[in-house]
Amino acid sequence: MTTEPANPAGRTNGATPLLEVRNVSKHFGNVIALKDVGAHVGAGEVTCVLGDNGAGKSTFIKILSGVHHHDEGQMFVDGEETTFNSPREAKERGIATVFQDLATVPLMSVWRNFFLGSEPTKGRGPLRRLDVKRAQTIMQEELRKMGIDVRDPEQPVGTLSGGERQAVAISRAVYFGAKVLILDEPTSALGVKQSGVVLRYVAHARDRGLGVIFITHNPHHAFPVGDRFVILNRGRLEGSWSKGEISRDDLVKMMSGGAELDALTHELERELEAPKAG
Amino acid sequence: MNPGAAPSGAAMAAPPPVPAGDERLAKLSPAARLLRRPELGALIAALVVAIFFTTQNPLFARLDGIANWTDVASTIGIPAVMVALLMIGGEFDLSAGVMTGSSGLMMGILATSVGMNIWLAIVLTLIAAGAVGFINGYMVMRTKLPSFIITLGTFFVLQGVNLGVTKAITHQVSVSSLDTASGYSSANKIFGGSFWHPHDFRITVIWWVAITALATWVLARTRIGNWIFGVGGDATAARNVGVPVWRVKVGLFMATSLVSALTGIMIALRLASTQAGQGVGDEFTFIISAVVGGCVLTGGFGSAIGASLGAMIVGMAFIGIQFSGWNTDWRYLFLGVILLAAVLVNNYIRQRAEGVRR
Repeated sequence: MTTEPANPAGRTNGATPLLEVRNVSKHFGNVIALKDVGAHVGAGEVTCVLGDNGAGKSTFIKILSGVHHHDEGQMFVDGEETTFNSPREAKERGIATVFQDLATVPLMSVWRNFFLGSEPTKGRGPLRRLDVKRAQTIMQEELRKMGIDVRDPEQPVGTLSGGERQAVAISRAVYFGAKVLILDEPTSALGVKQSGVVLRYVAHARDRGLGVIFITHNPHHAFPVGDRFVILNRGRLEGSWSKGEISRDDLVKMMSGGAELDALTHELERELEAPKAG
Repeated sequence: MNPGAAPSGAAMAAPPPVPAGDERLAKLSPAARLLRRPELGALIAALVVAIFFTTQNPLFARLDGIANWTDVASTIGIPAVMVALLMIGGEFDLSAGVMTGSSGLMMGILATSVGMNIWLAIVLTLIAAGAVGFINGYMVMRTKLPSFIITLGTFFVLQGVNLGVTKAITHQVSVSSLDTASGYSSANKIFGGSFWHPHDFRITVIWWVAITALATWVLARTRIGNWIFGVGGDATAARNVGVPVWRVKVGLFMATSLVSALTGIMIALRLASTQAGQGVGDEFTFIISAVVGGCVLTGGFGSAIGASLGAMIVGMAFIGIQFSGWNTDWRYLFLGVILLAAVLVNNYIRQRAEGVRR
């Protein structure tokens, strides 16, 4: 297949997107999990991928992060057509995924978690050992950039709040050179206030020049930070808009399947009225 | 483009205001910090047990007495430290006990019936033990079955081989007169002898301390140590950040088998013989030591020093009960009570360490 120049439609700054997929499909046996889905994200942008449960969000992330192969369609990293054979390959190309629950090890301290798998060492031969001081200092600096003050680096990650744990995972990905950050439902398990904190981290990562793909089922979380909104429904692309092309209300409506929601509202209103009448 | 999106100097210079921490999170007192140490419970228990047996018989705290119980504690402590590392890595090895028998028997048969130099026999035995560990690890990783079941299988296989092969070759249920083999005296000096005459501390005590120190260093200060905590705490999260989970776990199984075999070699050299039933049931003593020492059964938390302290408690109990003039059958009851108490205390400590949030 020839690599045609990247499609400029919908691009806001004209630059090549950091990560782009076009018309990707994925089948599991006879189940079509994803069909003809496209999306892209550029440096300093947030692309929100919205969808209800079963819309294909997980499959979509897994293709982007190298866990699954796409069966049809194309993927581009910096404009170059690519296929990832493993999550490690995706990571080497600067695409870091922060999975909702699988990002940190609760019983390990914050600094050990931050550097797990990429520990800094000093000394050589049999005396090669962890550079604990340096690891702790870097971790504290990096988390301070995210607005978190970790006073005790030995604190187990399990004692942090859900939002702070997301921040540890996000700042770790940023520190280790991620260009594109894929966040899998970072706010879904959090309360209102904590969600706000995580949205601030998302905005902050964006301001540092990263491309962020933010997967969520909550349009209220997506709208304030998103530059582009992609809605998936039952494995297909329901629509794709830039900021300004869609209002918050329309996004909510699209997300919840417009007409379906109207019908539901109508039905619930009647149910509520009924006991009053009686 | 979103106005805030440009990574301009101004945007970079103004990170979000640092919130003043979580006001509901009290500052940690030194006591709370201490509570985070996995081996704290074992340290307190060891002191209590030592004081108790000293009041029963003052000899317990004298050098001769200490030489006595450190002897028992060392041959439990050496494998228990490795069992603890494996447990922190999230796995069990029920074949670790019977491996001390297998290794002694294999070395003994090679040195006596085959007539090999004992050093060569030791090397071959260690290679075989490493292979058994690899098989354990490979099967666990490949099948994704609980290591409890896989190593229970290896346990019975080894037990059967120990009895069957020993009987077939020696026509007895033991291998003896190792001291007639060439190289015995030098090997015994290093693995089975004693030091500090009149008190005669066992050389295994030095091995015990050295292996504990090495394991502690590995856990706390090396990348491998960090990976062991990671694969035990959450193997998927560890794999996601690039930890070679497969290599770490298989390596732990191999090291556990090797160290158990080393212990068996030490015991066999000292006694100059090995019974075919040697080591059966000891795997539980190792696991008890590790758990008393603060290792969490589900992995990801624990310490090597803790396991050593746990082994010390077991050693003190075995000898202390003798010194106190009680029937030695009571030691199992003692072990059971200590284990239950340790699990309760450690559970409490871990909840404090992990926090209630999950």
